[in-house]
Amino acid sequence: MTPLLAVRDLNKTYGRHVGCADVSFTLWPGEVLGIVGESGSGKSTLLNCLAGHLPPDTGEVVFDTRADGPRDVLRMSEPERRMLGRTDWAFVHQNPRDGLRMRVSAGGNVGERLMAVGARHYGEIRDQALDWLDRVEIAGTRIDDRPAAFSGGMQQRLQIARNLVTGPRLIFMDEPTGGLDVSVQARLLDLLRGLVRQMGLSAIVVTHDLAVVRLLADRLMVMKDGHVIETGLTDQVLDDPQAPYTQLLVSSVLQV
Amino acid sequence: MTDQAYNFAYLDEQTKRMIRRAILKGVAVPGYQVPFASREMPMPYGWGTGGVQVTSACLTPDDTLKVIDQGADDTTNAVSIRKFFEKTAEVDVTEKTAEATVIQTRHRIPETPLTDDQILVYQVPIPEPLRFLEPSEVETRKMHSLEEYGLMYVKLYEDISRHGEIATAYAYPVKVQDRYVMDPSPIPKFDNPKLESAALQLFGAGREQRIYAIPPHTKVVSLDFEDHPFDPSKAPHACALCGAEGSYLDEVITDDQGGRMFVCSDTDYCASRRAAGHVGAMTSIEGATRMLRSASPDQTEPAQ
Repeated sequence: MTPLLAVRDLNKTYGRHVGCADVSFTLWPGEVLGIVGESGSGKSTLLNCLAGHLPPDTGEVVFDTRADGPRDVLRMSEPERRMLGRTDWAFVHQNPRDGLRMRVSAGGNVGERLMAVGARHYGEIRDQALDWLDRVEIAGTRIDDRPAAFSGGMQQRLQIARNLVTGPRLIFMDEPTGGLDVSVQARLLDLLRGLVRQMGLSAIVVTHDLAVVRLLADRLMVMKDGHVIETGLTDQVLDDPQAPYTQLLVSSVLQV
Repeated sequence: MTDQAYNFAYLDEQTKRMIRRAILKGVAVPGYQVPFASREMPMPYGWGTGGVQVTSACLTPDDTLKVIDQGADDTTNAVSIRKFFEKTAEVDVTEKTAEATVIQTRHRIPETPLTDDQILVYQVPIPEPLRFLEPSEVETRKMHSLEEYGLMYVKLYEDISRHGEIATAYAYPVKVQDRYVMDPSPIPKFDNPKLESAALQLFGAGREQRIYAIPPHTKVVSLDFEDHPFDPSKAPHACALCGAEGSYLDEVITDDQGGRMFVCSDTDYCASRRAAGHVGAMTSIEGATRMLRSASPDQTEPAQ
C-alpha cells in the first residue's frame, strides 16, 4: 500500500525563528493523525505548509494523487495545487468565518466547490447541498440563510459540509472545535468521527485539546518549539507519555 | 484660440499610441482586461473617461462619430461627449447608427445590426466581473489566469435561490471565446446576444484603468445553468411610438395616475421607424385615446 501523504524533512523558519523543523511522517489511507502541542509550538505552521498555504523552506510533501500516483505537492504547478485544494483536499479552519463566504447562503457555500469543478445544473447542486446539510444536521429549511444567521456550531458544521461535498480524501483541520462550548463540541466530534469512518477519510487534526485527539485520532504527534518530540498511537502517547513535555501536557489536563 | 492648443482628438500622440497598444493587446486576447495608464480627462470619472480615451485613440479625421447614452442620442452625457469630439477632433457626427464609423455607447448596443467597418466603444464603470464576490484584485487576477470561474456561478446560484430565476438584469457576465469571463458593462441582458457582432467592440474603464475588447465574430456566451438557461428578457410590450415589438424599451411614467408608456430606448431606431411610417399605440389617434382611457392606478406592469 502507498501512503496517502509522505512528509520528509519539512522545515520552515520565520527569519531566525523556527516555525517547524525536520518534520517527517507518513499518513496512510483512512488514518487520522493528531498533532498536539502548546500555542507557538509550530502546529499551525506545519499544517499550513502541508496544505500549501505557506511555502516551506525545504522538504517534500508527497501526496498519492488519483491520476498520477505519488507526487510532490510543493513541486506541482499552482493550477494543479489549487485544483487539488478543491477536489481531493479539504481544509477546516478554526474560525468558520475564514472558511465560509459569510455573504453567500448556506446552499451557495456548499455548492461553491461543486461549481468550481464544473457542476452547471442548479437542481443537482441544490440537491447535493440539501443532502450535505442533512448529513451535518442542519435543517434543509435553512439552505437559503446566510451563515451569519447561524450559531457557531452550525457555522462549523456548514464549513465541514462545504469541504466534504466534493468527496475529498484528505482533510486538514485546524482546531476544529476551538471556540465552541463543550456540548456543541461533543456533537461536532461525534459527527466528524462518523463522517471520517463512513467516507474512509484521512485527516490531520491540529489541536491543543487532548480530549479531541483521544476521540478522533488514531495516531499522535507531539510538537514543541517546532520539533516533533514524540509520536505513537493515541492511547499509547496519552496513557504512557515518554517525553517530559508530553508528561507535562497530559498531566495539565483539568479533571472534572 | 485655445482650441488650437489641442492635439487632434484632445489626447497627445504618445498617449494615443499607448492606448492603441493596449487595444491591440485586448483584441489579441479577447475578454482579457489590459491595464493602461488612464489619463485625467476634462470630465469627471463615471462620465465615460475610459470610453472617451478609447474613442480618442481610434478616431481619424475621416470618421463619423455617434454617441449614445442609454440608447439615446440626446441625453446630457451623449451630447457633451459628442460636442467634445466635434470641438477637439472636428469629425463629422451623426445620430444615424448606419452612418457612423465609431459609436461610443453607455449601457446599450444599438438595435440596428452593426457592420464590420464600425467600432463600438463602451464606457465601463467596473470592468471586473468578480469584483463584488472577491474584493482582492490579486486574487481575481489569479482566478482569471487560472480560469477559476466557479465563484461567478455562485452569484447566479444565489440569484436563483433568492428570486427563483437569474435576476441579474444588466452587466450579465459572459464568457468570451471559451476563455475569459467578462463584464459586458452595464448593458441590459437583452443586448447580450448582440455582443456576437461583425463590429469591433472596445471597452474602456477610465477610473479602473482597464481596456478590453471583443474582436468581430468572436464567440460570446452568457453564463447560465443547464436547468436555468439564459433569457434575454424585455418588457412584454410594443413601443408606443413606433410599434416595434423586438426592441429594448424604456418605461416612461406619464402622470401620477399610474399612466405609463413604453418606448424604444434606442432613439435613432425609433425615429427611423417612425420616418418609415410605422406607428405605435400613442401615435395613432384611436390608440392614444384607448390608452388614455385605460390609464388607471391598478395597471401595475412590472418594470423591465
